[in-house]
Amino acid sequence: MSGLYSMDKKDFDKSLDLTKVKPYGDSMNDGKVQLSFTLPIANDPKAEEAAKQLAKKMGLEEPNVAYSKSLDKEFTFFVVYGNLIHSVDVTNIKVHVVENEVMDMHQTNDFIKENIGRKIVIIGASTGTDAHTVGIDAIMNMKGYAGHYGLERYEMIEAYNLGSQVANEDFIAKAKELKADVLLVSQTVTQKNVHIQNLTELVELLEAEGLREKVILIAGGPRISHELAKELGYDAGFGPGKYADDVASFAVTEIAKKMKK
Amino acid sequence: MESKLNLDFKTAEHARQTAKRIAENTHGFIEKHTSVTVERAILRLLGVDGADEMGIPYPNIIVDHIKEKGGLTTGAAVYLGNAILQKKMTAQEIAEMVAKGGLDLVALPMGSMFEIKNTITTIAKKTVERIRSNREQRDKYLEKYGDKKGPYLYVIVATGNIYEDITQAVAAAKQGADVIAVIRTTGQSLLDYVPFGATTEGFGGTYATQENFRLMRKALDDAGAELGRYIRLCNYCSGLCMPEIAAMGALERLDVMLNDALYGILFRDINMQRTMVDQYFSRMINGFAGVIINTGEDNYLTTDDAYESAHTVLASQFINEQFAVIAGLKEEQMGLGHAFEMEPTMKNGFLYELAQAQMAREIFPKAPLKYMPPTKFMTGNIFKGQVQDALFNMVTIMTGQKIHLLGMLTEAIHTPFMSDRYLSIENAAYIFNNMEDLGEEIQFKANGIIQKRADEVLKEADKMLEEIEHTGLFKTLELGKFAGVKRPLKGGKGLDGLFEKDANYFNPFEELMLGGTK
Repeated sequence: MSGLYSMDKKDFDKSLDLTKVKPYGDSMNDGKVQLSFTLPIANDPKAEEAAKQLAKKMGLEEPNVAYSKSLDKEFTFFVVYGNLIHSVDVTNIKVHVVENEVMDMHQTNDFIKENIGRKIVIIGASTGTDAHTVGIDAIMNMKGYAGHYGLERYEMIEAYNLGSQVANEDFIAKAKELKADVLLVSQTVTQKNVHIQNLTELVELLEAEGLREKVILIAGGPRISHELAKELGYDAGFGPGKYADDVASFAVTEIAKKMKK
Repeated sequence: MESKLNLDFKTAEHARQTAKRIAENTHGFIEKHTSVTVERAILRLLGVDGADEMGIPYPNIIVDHIKEKGGLTTGAAVYLGNAILQKKMTAQEIAEMVAKGGLDLVALPMGSMFEIKNTITTIAKKTVERIRSNREQRDKYLEKYGDKKGPYLYVIVATGNIYEDITQAVAAAKQGADVIAVIRTTGQSLLDYVPFGATTEGFGGTYATQENFRLMRKALDDAGAELGRYIRLCNYCSGLCMPEIAAMGALERLDVMLNDALYGILFRDINMQRTMVDQYFSRMINGFAGVIINTGEDNYLTTDDAYESAHTVLASQFINEQFAVIAGLKEEQMGLGHAFEMEPTMKNGFLYELAQAQMAREIFPKAPLKYMPPTKFMTGNIFKGQVQDALFNMVTIMTGQKIHLLGMLTEAIHTPFMSDRYLSIENAAYIFNNMEDLGEEIQFKANGIIQKRADEVLKEADKMLEEIEHTGLFKTLELGKFAGVKRPLKGGKGLDGLFEKDANYFNPFEELMLGGTK
């Protein structure tokens, strides 16, 4: 057999403790972490040491630079392994998640017929300066994404995809015109927290127009969590791995709740 | 199968006949000899089990005892049988008595050879029945769950601790692994004994012991029942104890064994005469137990250049095949080996790999070929490594390789993490499904790069085999024709454990096992 074998001593406690959970490589609590990054310096002996020191600052013991490669004169790429000193208390973690049952397209249509009694209107857009439509398209387009049909396909939903770079003012004007029940806002670009500003502005504008309580407001995107969305004044947030099913189920459940009040 | 390579099958047949003569010529030597580990394997199969309080295995104590008294040329079975007859004790009781110094097996007056052979054969038959029932149990599982059609995904575990190995192996099986190999601890191949009991302290691997085999077998049977699949277990039948490991594997229903005729000579510097004798009995046991053997030609390519030495792989596959035939192995049990080890920057390297793999497939049509992933040119750049493994996976599915050792993106960094194995299985499963029938859909261009390459490698292998026949196998090894490694006839480890058989020599298992499958 070729390859170098790890000969480091494994004299740590190997039983699982949920108050001190560590990454798992090939033994409980070995803390093994794999990371890669690029440093803007030349690939010389100092560079490898720099990578190791950074790894140590990240909390990695015995960092091992498995690979380094010059990307340019002044850029070096690294693959580094190490044992993480940190642990996490899983028993003390509370997370905010969207808590409702996820229905498929047919169940959602039936739900709307039974509980709302009319077609609902959903408009979606990638707002502000954001030019990415991949997220909103995945949720709304007829053919959907990864085997999940998009909202346009739902018999009981009138879905309007306004595309990208829609100004918040225009988005609201369209919502009024179409009498939208649900507003979907997609944010992909998150540099310098531009998405936070933009999402906050939309909430403020809706409140000024007296519309906020009349609609279901939902944010989505690769860096959007439910927790963040709630903090910003949205009804829900959907991140990676969520599809039209999740969004539609949440929206129709909320509308039905509102109607009962 | 229609040849995609327009191979010259006359040359292939000529090469095979040459290899047959090479194996037969060497077999004349093999038949005249036995070794300490052959005798220990016989004792294990006759029921001598365990170790004394110092941890010295009883089979070693008995064999060393007979060896010191100059009796090993007759074989341990004869002395054991004689003692059983005269003392009316079991094999294990005799062994323990000898260990305590309470009995001299060689000094004991020798009874009738006819009765001794009868006694020993009766005991041997019971063991042979146990091995036969293991084989039937495997067949039952395969009938119940069905066997996998495509390549078997083969992964290794190597934590050093059999219990941690089990955790890893079960996780791997659940992720889709079909064969679990437990890597042995560094240096076990050079130990002239096999320890007993469950072990938790290994270096880069875990001791092969019968108890470890049993524990892992049980865990994989349980996981298999949950998954509705038969998970094959693999270990390493190489080094100084080839037949003993084979015996342990047969008793505990291992399914796959690394078991090469030349590997120990070339890569572990074990004496060539000793290895030849050891491999014969180990393969006889593996053959009878229904074990698929894996040969180690891939190793030539990690030491030598994979492009330049491609023909040595094919030549060795022919030789391994013929030695296996003599030991009673069926073609379906011959996992002849090769590897994806050409230098990644080589122009058209993928085409040459494809030619080699397709050639092996066509020349050994029924053999469950063992295909090894890139290791030599894995750099620690895990992202590139994942791509190298993907190319390797493509060759397998396009050419019908069977025992597919999964490449790990972290090869050359550490023994696999649980997540490395997952990424690797996912990679292979994706490619095997997405490209399943591509091989059936394509023909290689007449006289193109791939066809010409296969033709060239076959012709060179044929030429090499002729030279080996002319020179003799032992002499060829002395000259360093394989893997560029030179080994003297009387050099290396273990020659002092080799003995010429005398006229009374007896091994009950030869008759019971040879050709005795079904």
